[in-house]
Amino acid sequence: MYNSIEELVRDAEERHLSLWQVILENECRLTQKTQKEVFKRLDERYEVMQKSAKKALEKPQESVGNLITGTAFQQQLYSNNRDSLCGFELNHIMAMALSASEVNASMGKICAAPTAGSCGILPAVLIGVSEKYWLDKRTTLQGLLTASGIGTIIVKNATVSGAEGGCQAECGVAAAMAAAAAVEMRNGSPRMAAHATAIALMNCMGLVCDPIAGLVQVPCAQRNASQAINAMLSADLALAGMKSVIPPDEVVEAMYKVGKKLPVEFKETALGGLAATPTGKKIKENLYQQA
Amino acid sequence: MDISIFDVVGPVMIGPSSSHTAGAARLAKTARIIVKDEIAHVSFRLHGSFAKTGKGHGTDKALVAGALGLSADDESLADSFRLAAKQGISFDFSEEEMENVHENTVKMVFTMKDGSRNEVVGSSIGGGQIKITEINGFVMDMNLQLPTIVIEQYDKKGIVTEVSGIMAEHDLNIANMKLVRRSKGDVACCIIETDDFIPEEIEKSIMESKNVISARVINV
Repeated sequence: MYNSIEELVRDAEERHLSLWQVILENECRLTQKTQKEVFKRLDERYEVMQKSAKKALEKPQESVGNLITGTAFQQQLYSNNRDSLCGFELNHIMAMALSASEVNASMGKICAAPTAGSCGILPAVLIGVSEKYWLDKRTTLQGLLTASGIGTIIVKNATVSGAEGGCQAECGVAAAMAAAAAVEMRNGSPRMAAHATAIALMNCMGLVCDPIAGLVQVPCAQRNASQAINAMLSADLALAGMKSVIPPDEVVEAMYKVGKKLPVEFKETALGGLAATPTGKKIKENLYQQA
Repeated sequence: MDISIFDVVGPVMIGPSSSHTAGAARLAKTARIIVKDEIAHVSFRLHGSFAKTGKGHGTDKALVAGALGLSADDESLADSFRLAAKQGISFDFSEEEMENVHENTVKMVFTMKDGSRNEVVGSSIGGGQIKITEINGFVMDMNLQLPTIVIEQYDKKGIVTEVSGIMAEHDLNIANMKLVRRSKGDVACCIIETDDFIPEEIEKSIMESKNVISARVINV
């Protein structure tokens, strides 16, 4: 039984298991389902994730205000350019994160992970890593298990709601979940996965939720792209041996406390940050005049 | 850990917002189950954040989709206005300030094909979760986490025993039971939550009681 990242990691270490195995055991016990049933359900969710991460790569998705329409398509074209600064894989991951964001904004089908606004990060990382290393479906779903398990601990001990904790709680937690998944998919240890989680949260501590005109588009789509990369680099740092100086559970607690202290203007109200800029306000006015 | 991984990675839904899109669709779908009969027109009265930011989140389309019986993950949700027209169901939207309600609240006034009216009020309380707070003047707090039966009945002695007897005959264990009245001896509304899926046939069995006006099964 675990209620913290430390307890989860210890349990895995003592029994020489991966995090996903401990998380799977817990899920079966909690929901009285077999491992096969849990994997089937994971597969269904992963299907939805894959579709949302690919749909806008092929065709721009129209949405109210059209603030991000076509960005995924454009990024995918660019990712094929061998001269890109971050290289093909990272650009492709950003394109997939943008795609899910575009699909979400256009009233398409997505899987919240952990929320709708942050639905591009985990799919982009899972697909990106599995494509790069030719991983089989089973290994990818194990990554999804790792990510979800880390997510349940953060839901329990902190928050994943932008209205309660800002963007760090939505896109930041998505990155933390994805970072842990990426580490285990690369055969890193449970301890490394925990450090990757902490490093990803550290990298975006205090990030505010300031959606222009209240739409889940800008800066949500950009945050999905950048937090997907945050997940990748945090996983790489941990795989290289970097340890989080602050224990992962304390980082989660710090994120929660920072979120609580953020003024309400920075928590999904569209009253601060980018939403409160002259241009942000003008976009909002134009939108409601049309309506 | 007592939280399921599928509560964190999920729900599968139509974007962009779990509260303003998925929750809105669930609210209207639940209301449709409650009013049941043939719908001619629905007036959606929006309160708070639903009224202010609903448009950008497709709250309007989601509500209409729900009223048509579509689920929160149905990809035709964005096309609901056209689908409603096709089914001959009209609708309108307006703003209404309500007191002591959640920011994301909607009052749904259904006009049925026979001219009768039904009113359901509900709130989308976050992450796609909803609660129904009023049905035709009966104030309640129904969160629909469990399969639920809503019974409108005459406020007479013995009716609760009668209904619980029918539940037992169908091998259903009552988890919670709540009775709300508008006034003594008038009409009452009984809300029963069960641990297991409720077969719809039970509606008929309950309706056989002469003191029951209506019975609705809502399986979540």
